[in-house]
Amino acid sequence: MAYSTKVIDHYENPRNVGSFAKDDPTIATGMVGAPACGDVMKLQLKINDQGIIEDAKFKTYGCGSAIASSSLVTEWVKGKSIDEAALIKNTDIAQELALPPVKIHCSILAEDAIKAAIADYKQRHGN
Amino acid sequence: MKLPIYLDYAATTPVDPRVAEKLMQFLTMDGCFGNPASRSHKFGWQSEEAVEIARAQIAELVNADPREIVFTSGATESNNLAIKGAAQFYHRKGKHLITVKTEHKAVLDAMRALEREGFEVTYLDVEASGLVDLDKLTAAIRPDTTLISIMFVNNEIGVIQDIAAIGELCRSKGIIFHVDAAQATGKVDIDLETLKVDLMSFSGHKTYGPKGIGALYVRRKPRIRLEAQTHGGGHERGMRSGTLATHQIVAMGEAFRIAKEEMHAERERVAVLRDRLLDGIKDIEQVFLNGDAVQRVPGITNVSFNYVEGESLIMALKDIAVSSGSACTSASLEPSYVLRALGLTDELAHSSIRFSIGRYTTEEQIDHTIKIVHDAIGKLRDMSPLWEMYKDGVDLGSVAWVAH
Repeated sequence: MAYSTKVIDHYENPRNVGSFAKDDPTIATGMVGAPACGDVMKLQLKINDQGIIEDAKFKTYGCGSAIASSSLVTEWVKGKSIDEAALIKNTDIAQELALPPVKIHCSILAEDAIKAAIADYKQRHGN
Repeated sequence: MKLPIYLDYAATTPVDPRVAEKLMQFLTMDGCFGNPASRSHKFGWQSEEAVEIARAQIAELVNADPREIVFTSGATESNNLAIKGAAQFYHRKGKHLITVKTEHKAVLDAMRALEREGFEVTYLDVEASGLVDLDKLTAAIRPDTTLISIMFVNNEIGVIQDIAAIGELCRSKGIIFHVDAAQATGKVDIDLETLKVDLMSFSGHKTYGPKGIGALYVRRKPRIRLEAQTHGGGHERGMRSGTLATHQIVAMGEAFRIAKEEMHAERERVAVLRDRLLDGIKDIEQVFLNGDAVQRVPGITNVSFNYVEGESLIMALKDIAVSSGSACTSASLEPSYVLRALGLTDELAHSSIRFSIGRYTTEEQIDHTIKIVHDAIGKLRDMSPLWEMYKDGVDLGSVAWVAH
C-alpha cells in the first residue's frame, strides 16, 4: 500500500515515543484497541493544575497508520487545554495524514485515545 | 548490495535465465511459433515436438508417464480441474469430499463451489505443527467419500505432509487422492510410481519457470477420469481444450529439467542459508517458528515476532521483500487462516513473517536481512505498549481490551 509522505515521516521518525510513570498524579493514561484487532494505542498526557497538556507520550502496537496517527496526536495536544484536546476529531487526523479509507479506523482509535486519557484524568481528579 | 532483497520465493520465483533463453525461441517468425495442433505442416510438427519434449521433462521430475501430464494455465486451474473434474465425474459414487483447513484458496474455493452444487465437504483441522493426523483423516472418511485433496508443501509455513501414508490410506479405501504440489517441485523428491497419488497439480512460476503455465498429473493406471471444465477443440485428450502455449510449456519443461538436475545441491545450499538466518535471529526474545520444525522444506521459514504488528513490521523491513501473515491491508484486518488453523492467537498470526529463500539468495543478503530484522524488532518493540506490558510482567490475557 502506498502511504502518504506524512505517514511515512511519522512512522520513520515517530514523535514523543515513550512512557511516563503511571502513578504520577499529573499523568493521565488512555489505552484503546485490542491486540486481536491488530492495534493498541497507549497515550499519556502530562496535565498541569490549569488543565493544560504540557507534554504527551505514546506507545502503539499497530500498522504504520496507527503509529502515525498517535505520533501526530501527541504533537497536536501539547499546549492545549483538555477541553480543546477533546475537540480533536478523527477526520482532522485522517485528513492531515491523507489516510486511505481502509485506515480510517486508525484515526478513530487516536481520537478515542485522547478521550480515554481525558476520562482517566477527570476520574482521578474527581470531576 | 542491491535493495530490496528478494526473500519471497514462495510467492513467485524469477525465471531462470536458461529458461528465458529457451522461451524466447518459441515466439517470433525466426523461431518455432507454430500451433502444436497444426498437423499439416512443419511449423506445427516442430511445435508439437517441443511440447512433447517439455511434457517428458515434467513427467521425469516426478517419475510419471508423459501421457499423464495435462497442461493448464497454472496450479489454480489444475486444482480446479482435478477437484471439480473428479468430483463431478464420479458423483454417482458419492458426494463427500475431504480437504484440510490450511490448503491454498484455489483448493478451498473449488470445494466451496462444489458445496453449492450439492457436495458435502469436510475441512479437516491440522495439528499445531501444521501436519495432518492420519487417524483423524481416517475417521473423517465416509462410505460416500470420493476424493481427498491435501497439499504436498504448505505455501505459508513450508511443512511437508506425509503424502505417501495418506496415499496408501486413500488407495485402500478406493478414494481418489489429489495433491497440490505447486510448492513441492524442485524442493522434495516426488516419485509418482511409488506414491499412491491420482491427481497432482504443478505450477511453472514456483520453480523458476514463467507465470501462466501449470500442469495436472492424471494417473493412467488405475485410470482416473475427469469432467472437463474448459470445452473446445479437445486438446489434452479432451481434458483441457485451448491452444497450447508452446513458449510457456517449453519454458516450464526446461525449468523442471533444471530442477531435477540441481534440486539436491540447491536444497542443501538453501538449508545452509536458512540455518544462518535462524541462527542470526534466535537471540531475539519471543520469536516463534511456525509449523513443524523438522518436516519442512528449507526454503520457507515462517516466524512470529510477538508484540510487534505485522504490517508495521513489513514497513520496517522495507529493504527486504517478504510476506506477512497479517492481511492488514484489507479492511477486514483478518490474520492468516493458515496460522489460525495451527492454533496461533490473532496477535501471533498478525506478527508473522514468511521468509522464503531460493536459487539466487546469497549469504551476504541473509546477513543483511538479520541486521535489518534486529533493528526493526528493536524499534517497534520500543514503541509497543504490549511489549512494555510483557516486560512489566502484565498478563495480556487478563487485560480488558477496548475492542473496536
